[in-house]
Amino acid sequence: MDLFEYVTNVKKGKLSALDTVKAAIKKCKELNEKYNCFVTICEEEAIKQAKLADKEKKGLLCGVPITVKDAICVKDVECTAGSKILKGYIPPFDATVIEKLKAQGAVIIGKTTQDEFGFGSFSTNSAYGIPKNPYDISRTAGGSSGGCGSITQLADFPHIGIGESTGGSISAPSFFCGVYGLTPTYGLVSRYGLIDYANSLDKIGPMAKTVDEIALALNIISGNDSKDQTSLNNTKIDYSNYESIKGYTIGLPKQYFENASKEVKEKINEAINVLKKLGVKFIDVDLKLTKYHLSAYYLAAVSEASTNLSKLDGIRYGAKLEFDKDIDFNNYYSNVRSKYFGDEAKRRIMIGTFARMSGFRSQYYLKAMKARTLIINDYKKAFEKCDALLSPTMMYTAPRFDEIAKLDPLQVYQSDLLTVGPNLAGIPMINVPCGFDSNKLPIGFHVLGNHLDEIKILSIAKAYEEATKK
Amino acid sequence: MIDKETVKHVAKIARINLTEEEIDKFSRQLNDIVEDFKILDELDVENVAPSFHPIRTENVLREDEVKECLKREEIFKIACHKEGDYFKAPKIM
Repeated sequence: MDLFEYVTNVKKGKLSALDTVKAAIKKCKELNEKYNCFVTICEEEAIKQAKLADKEKKGLLCGVPITVKDAICVKDVECTAGSKILKGYIPPFDATVIEKLKAQGAVIIGKTTQDEFGFGSFSTNSAYGIPKNPYDISRTAGGSSGGCGSITQLADFPHIGIGESTGGSISAPSFFCGVYGLTPTYGLVSRYGLIDYANSLDKIGPMAKTVDEIALALNIISGNDSKDQTSLNNTKIDYSNYESIKGYTIGLPKQYFENASKEVKEKINEAINVLKKLGVKFIDVDLKLTKYHLSAYYLAAVSEASTNLSKLDGIRYGAKLEFDKDIDFNNYYSNVRSKYFGDEAKRRIMIGTFARMSGFRSQYYLKAMKARTLIINDYKKAFEKCDALLSPTMMYTAPRFDEIAKLDPLQVYQSDLLTVGPNLAGIPMINVPCGFDSNKLPIGFHVLGNHLDEIKILSIAKAYEEATKK
Repeated sequence: MIDKETVKHVAKIARINLTEEEIDKFSRQLNDIVEDFKILDELDVENVAPSFHPIRTENVLREDEVKECLKREEIFKIACHKEGDYFKAPKIM
């Protein structure tokens, strides 16, 4: 059922949020056995919230079941960020986005599976089981918000997923699972209550089956927050107040098409033709720094991650070890980290520590930060000539798990080629589903906008959605 | 070049205990990755300012007012190690 219609009916008392939530939880439990979308299904909490929605009958998401990436804190619900080191951590507070969703009557029904701390492209680095692709369970749902992508496609009830992206973790699963996924401008949505991966890169954003649902969610979760010092203080706008895209100029970065598979390119070209018919002008754009995106991004991400993870000490919260009076702090701390961090977390901590180490800092970390300035300028220059950029979101459709297992860590990093640049520049982006390949796996195109141009990329997504509606 | 000795040194600073097998594996993998990062050497960044954030951020200040915050008992409820009203840690010195 249409989400907006559902909300109206719950508010009128014609539909019961409690019945819907109970049915949604039952469905999620069944789906979870096959697709492993959830770390936690929080039935008790959800029923409480659903009863409240039925009683109060208010809010833009009154009684709507919402699933949340496990890296985002929900009061009284275990929050692991996909890592064993946070096993047993039950936050005594709501993240700002959760507070805002609950204030609109939303019902949080579960925490979705992800790569440990977001470290991955295929969700295979999850300590709580690997989420499966809704179209073929031998394939990835993408990472790192993989559980979120999978359940967003599978849900047969009104639903919005809340994901998080550092280098492509909303776009990749949205592409592989065939749903819309919006990564907002850095700072538009508060990060308070998010288990950080990399503070200067992390962005919380919605995943859904329609553009209207994405715009609705963004309207609710965006806005300044005094609890997040990098939160932007811009004027609030209505993201569902779409513009006409007739007369828009969209840039096609030629470097972004070079490595895409033939089938992906074909579908993107069909989508471009649809947009042309709607009055969009396309121009070629030269993003000449594309070949530096991966290195600059990964250096920034691992450097920040390696400092962020130092707060997990086995003393204040999360997993612990017992200690006797003879052990010293450093040994205890090292033992906790070594036992509970997964391989990819260890790898990223090590590279990040190396890149910031005395003698290497200016050669690696600082150089990446300078390269980032050039990369941001490269995008800014492109946006002087066009309203948005368009490219494939990923280079190929969902790979099989046996194919992923053969990749070495560097090859996995390289799969993020098309998403790390915009994430490093903090510009907004949306995956728009636009068809299937010969294996019936979803393909999507990526629309990138200038900082705070969410309305433009949403308008393009909406116009395409309308034009291709069956 | 990241050799086994570098990996051992980095692991010590990063407070990660590694087995001999892990040292072997990580020195190979880290070397590949760090070699790949060297592509950035092609860029002339001599007069470029670093971007620690993707968007210009400003220092945020507020009045120093007393506001309600998380209750002590809520925080200690999830503590791994505590004694009375304190977190309990292994000896530092």
